[in-house]
Amino acid sequence: MDASNYLYLSALLFTIGAVGVVVRRNAIVVFMCVELMLNAANLSFVTFSRINGDLNGQVIAFFTMVVAACEVVVGLAIIVTIYRSRRSASVDDASLLKR
Amino acid sequence: MNDLALQVGQTATPEATLFWILAPLTFVAALGMLLVKKAVHSAILMAFVMIALAIFYIAQGAPFLGIVQVVVYTGAVMMLFLFILMLVGVDSSDSLTETINGLRPIAITAAVGFGGLMVSLLSRATLGRTAVGVEGVNADGNVQGIAQLLFSTFVWPFEVVSALLITAALGAMVLAHHQRVQERPTQRQLSISRFRGDSLATTAGLPAPGVYARHNAVDVPALLPDGTAAAASVNASLKARGDVLDSSLFELGTVDTSVEEEK
Repeated sequence: MDASNYLYLSALLFTIGAVGVVVRRNAIVVFMCVELMLNAANLSFVTFSRINGDLNGQVIAFFTMVVAACEVVVGLAIIVTIYRSRRSASVDDASLLKR
Repeated sequence: MNDLALQVGQTATPEATLFWILAPLTFVAALGMLLVKKAVHSAILMAFVMIALAIFYIAQGAPFLGIVQVVVYTGAVMMLFLFILMLVGVDSSDSLTETINGLRPIAITAAVGFGGLMVSLLSRATLGRTAVGVEGVNADGNVQGIAQLLFSTFVWPFEVVSALLITAALGAMVLAHHQRVQERPTQRQLSISRFRGDSLATTAGLPAPGVYARHNAVDVPALLPDGTAAAASVNASLKARGDVLDSSLFELGTVDTSVEEEK
């Protein structure tokens, strides 16, 4: 099996994540889709690391995981703060600046 | 674990079997994340995708990343997601109806375009190229190899990332810290506002759900004297979840008038 199959899977997962960010309205689901995109990128890093026989890709994937963990912590805190003031976790409701 | 990864990397057939079973499942689970209504179901499908990715990492000679993926993502991050889901609860944002006109066709068109572009690009760029494999660089052990890189070439990014983690933790604490803008109303103030308000309808509290002897669970609305359901008697989050039952299900069909009242 060609290792590039993993890259196809990664591209598909990234696309699904991108659609989810645009289409879904619940902020938590949107966040999960962002995580899916980061994970898809990680899969390509690991695959490229294997294709090139180099561990650098795995180290970068490790860094991506750490940054994703930070992003989740801050993002969920923001969601909780918005929910507290507006009683809603919908991304469409947080549009005060528009009106 | 490392031996397993090496074997899977060298012999193509078991890995191909693993891939062709797990990859479609991963794809379907990821697609399901978009399509299911409830956020909790999305989270469970997401956990499945993450575990599947961890298996792919281990199969590709990255056992360290595979274990970290399970511990950090499926363990910590998904638990955090579920925790926030419990905190925020269910509301109307779960619904799949589109609020911005024409958003969904545009999103799907863009996704097909982007996905098609990526796949065609990949098929042109990588066809005919054989993978070198990480067996060579993993000879001393995958964890040792990563550690050597992390603490030599990447030592500065590593330190910066640790600062980022601390900043994120502090930021979350600041954001989650709740300061009351107004004084909390006392019981006396609440009572006064109840009786001096516009309506005396809720003076005695909201109506309790479920009045029939056959069923008095919280998911059945109480009935008003005219036979209509009292909307205020059922919890709002049950309504948002669509778990409210109809009171008429528990009505007695006919009233038995043959029974004489005891004097």
